Amino acid sequence: MSFFSFGQSAEIDIVLNDAETRKKVEHKAEDGKKDKYFLFYDGETVSGKVNVTLKNAGKRLEHQGIKIEFIGQIELYYDRGNHHEFVSLVKDLARPGELTQSQTFDFEFTHVEKPYESYTGQNVKLRYFLRATISRRLNDVVKEMDIVVHTLSTYPELNSSIKMEVGIEDCLHIEFEYNKSKYHLKDVIVGKIYFLLVRIKVKHMEIDIIKRETTGTGPNVYHENETIAKYEIMDGAPVRGESIPIRLFLAGYELTPTMRDINKKFSVRYYLNLVLIDEEERRYFKQQEITLWRKGDIVRKSMSHQAAIASQRFEGSSSIESKMQAQAQAQAKEDGN
Amino acid sequence: MGGCEHHQLGETSDEKGQVLLSRFSLSQSPSGSSELKMSEPTVADTRRLNSKPQDLTDAYGPPSNFLEIDVFNPQTIGVGRTRYTTYELRMRTNLPIFKMKDSCVRRRYSDFEWLKNELERDSKIVVPPLPGKALKRQLPFRGDEGIFEESFIEERRVGLEQFINKIAGHPLAQNERCLHMFLQEETIDRNYVPGKPQ
Repeated sequence: MSFFSFGQSAEIDIVLNDAETRKKVEHKAEDGKKDKYFLFYDGETVSGKVNVTLKNAGKRLEHQGIKIEFIGQIELYYDRGNHHEFVSLVKDLARPGELTQSQTFDFEFTHVEKPYESYTGQNVKLRYFLRATISRRLNDVVKEMDIVVHTLSTYPELNSSIKMEVGIEDCLHIEFEYNKSKYHLKDVIVGKIYFLLVRIKVKHMEIDIIKRETTGTGPNVYHENETIAKYEIMDGAPVRGESIPIRLFLAGYELTPTMRDINKKFSVRYYLNLVLIDEEERRYFKQQEITLWRKGDIVRKSMSHQAAIASQRFEGSSSIESKMQAQAQAQAKEDGN
Repeated sequence: MGGCEHHQLGETSDEKGQVLLSRFSLSQSPSGSSELKMSEPTVADTRRLNSKPQDLTDAYGPPSNFLEIDVFNPQTIGVGRTRYTTYELRMRTNLPIFKMKDSCVRRRYSDFEWLKNELERDSKIVVPPLPGKALKRQLPFRGDEGIFEESFIEERRVGLEQFINKIAGHPLAQNERCLHMFLQEETIDRNYVPGKPQ
């Protein structure tokens, strides 16, 4: 920003080529406010135009170069100075020189790798953005445009149920069962709690979804737990032989896919916490981790060319199946967010 | 399926008095037979999981968690400065951990204090509070009967009843000798050896 009324200043505007057709999704910012951003997937090309508008008509703009970058970075809130960039691409738009009038520059980042999902959490943020810069002697003119990336998966081959007998010796024995161990974000948790022995006075039972965000490594690991949901599944005193059903629809809650050791910087994991509360407000609980994943939608034929190129990038995979999976991932679009 | 691993009572995990349920035996999920064959269904299957029908004698029989303790019939014993009040403690239960299903003892306030201290020292339980010590009431030159005032005794009786019912139902407290001795033995042996009930 220029504080001087003389001299030239400029405004930058970044516009995507497919702004009309590309889907936008809501994403919560650090301060809690929700905003809409363009949605991208791994392998998709990011292309558009950088519009440089000169503020004072007639005056020239001297600059040391104009460029646009595509950046994917992880920012830990307790260490703001250090941004860990895991994707960093740059395109030079103009060599050092001068602009005599407003100008538009085209750019294209072809088949950009976007390995992780965008995430804004309690102690860490992972974001992708375009940054256009006009370098100048005193101060640069910079414009950033955030985008949101979603990572998609398909139905896992192996998805066993979780079934366990837990309790306190001679006091409370229950058997709990959840129909799967891996759930997609719009899935339903179907399960049951079977009472084998009830020698305490249970008042009610609930199931909580806990999100645990882990940042840091080694001795500096920090866990931040957040209860995303509390869902009462039983009210009243159960006796032996009773079976309480569970049916919990995940679509109603703000969830992200499970993220494990992202770039060795952070993890986001989810747990189901079964809690029984007795008449004296004592809580008996059993926590169990579940894996959450994001499901793609029906494949679109028009994307097949781009998907074919994207699948070629997965050179390491030996089987045809994984190539087809990659294709499905690149093509798939989500059904309503 | 491996042999049953029976664990000790779960330990209280934090100040809120949460108890972690520990695992008994590993039930294997039927991995081979019921591998979910998902052919991309558009609507999730929300049908209930199969469960055994409940035995009617279990459904309509007496519950296994019956435990009631009454604190009543306060009696002031002695004369002058050595007076003290005792309360009758009647316990009725069907929990197998208690030797007697029906018991009756007399206890005084300092016995309750003893129990609270024993539990706080030996177990990880957050012990509920006792009704107050009422030291002010023990000072001289009061206009009333002090700690032998009827209304005060009633207030204390209610507090003691709440206290003992709360703590007797705690699975970790039920595993301490001091609780059993307090509830079911005629006199408290202050030289006892703390530990698990026999």
